Amino acid sequence: MDRKDLLGLEDLSTDEITSILDTAEAFRGVLDRPIKKVPTLRGKTVANLFFEPSTRTRISFELAEKRLSADSIAFNASTSSVVKGETLKDTVQNIEAMGVDFVVMRHGASGAPYYIAGNVRASVVNAGDGSHEHPTQGLLDMFTMRRKTGRLEGLTVAIIGDIAHSRVARSNIWGLTKMGATVRVCGPSTLTPREVEKMGVTWTWKVEEALEGADVVNILRIQKERQTANLLPSLREYALYFGVTPERLRRASQDVVIMHPGPMNRGVEISQDVAEDGRNVILDQVTNGVAVRMAVLYLLNGNEPASREAEMATVEG
Amino acid sequence: MPTKESDLKVKAQISDANGIRRMLTRIAHEIVERNKGTENLVLVGIRRRGVPLAVRIRELIHEFEGEQIPMGSLDITLYRDDLQTIAQHPVVRTTEIPVDIDGKTVVLVDDVLYTGRTVRSALNALIDLGRPQAIRLAVLVDRGHRELPIRADFVGKNVPTSHREIVAVSVVEEDGTDAVQIKELDDDGS
Repeated sequence: MDRKDLLGLEDLSTDEITSILDTAEAFRGVLDRPIKKVPTLRGKTVANLFFEPSTRTRISFELAEKRLSADSIAFNASTSSVVKGETLKDTVQNIEAMGVDFVVMRHGASGAPYYIAGNVRASVVNAGDGSHEHPTQGLLDMFTMRRKTGRLEGLTVAIIGDIAHSRVARSNIWGLTKMGATVRVCGPSTLTPREVEKMGVTWTWKVEEALEGADVVNILRIQKERQTANLLPSLREYALYFGVTPERLRRASQDVVIMHPGPMNRGVEISQDVAEDGRNVILDQVTNGVAVRMAVLYLLNGNEPASREAEMATVEG
Repeated sequence: MPTKESDLKVKAQISDANGIRRMLTRIAHEIVERNKGTENLVLVGIRRRGVPLAVRIRELIHEFEGEQIPMGSLDITLYRDDLQTIAQHPVVRTTEIPVDIDGKTVVLVDDVLYTGRTVRSALNALIDLGRPQAIRLAVLVDRGHRELPIRADFVGKNVPTSHREIVAVSVVEEDGTDAVQIKELDDDGS
């Protein structure tokens, strides 16, 4: 893969996605060993810039960096110069001036990592930007589906929940449709982007219809922090009409793979029974996330001069 | 690989399928002789061409000792010392060693021993997986020019070469044919 940044799955080719997933498979093996660390990124430094709260993604990236022997520094927006009024570009350029090779960035504004990627030499990895994309989540979801079912092409995947505010949904849709899966999205029309069908998916508000024969169901979190515009009457009503329950799941394929990017609102988008269902792979997603993020950091090549001679010298050895 | 096959011309044929079979047969016998049997032996092929060679050595040992010794394959990409200088990182393949190597005698198998850097990476990779009693090295061709203090325990053939030359080992499993050839960069085009 010849790419400085990973900003979104919309920009990736199917070959690039396949290459990341295959590489993640090798790193998944590393995570099962007694010594879960390889010296691959020794001497590289990663800055984790989280302008929005995150536990899972931040820890997952930090672990991936440590497992690759990179040095990592954490940056927390609430205790930083951002509160003193520094602009985003200045913040990131200052951090880069300290000799950082990778910037992992989560930001509330859609597109922020694109802006930064164009202004720094370091590789930028988008760890979620607004309601735009969350590419490593999309990749780890696809990685988990591929490991569980052995394929992506021809899979029927139902994505249920708040599509409009979900960067996870967008990354899933771009990635899965590129890889030849059939994607159905389902949710209240107030939480569905108007032209979602232009992304190559079908939409329905009937959960039963979305689940019919599905191989995978990816249940999205209802983001309470983004529900300020009265788009839902109540969480209880959402659970009643869109919550995934064992009865509704009976319409899906018998060995349906149940996914959720976390954190779960038990009893809202996912019922207690489904959250405990043996077919769910929610914790596998978390483990696989570390492997996928290791693969991404390994494959990106920011700050490295393209050296044809060095490549020649490695033909044998 | 960045060096295109078409840039290289074949200078000499060192060995064919029969030659490779004889070399591996001798190596297989030497491994068992040195170990005084097959007890505690584990064969580990270095990806990619070390793996089919390890498979063959294992079959040969099975033929004359009647024992199936455990084997695995090792990918050393993550342990390379030149990742800093390569713009596009090479493909990582999986490492599969299905047995516990603690206390075992591990025989690393590779096609060509050159600078010794691959073997250095393999030693580090192996030590991250456990603590073998001993690690030995078997190679089909030793072409000299070591850059590290590393020596093979079992060698199919010593082939003196110059830096400009490339020793190309082909195996049926990967390349469709068994051969050892010396190739050289063609000056005509450059």
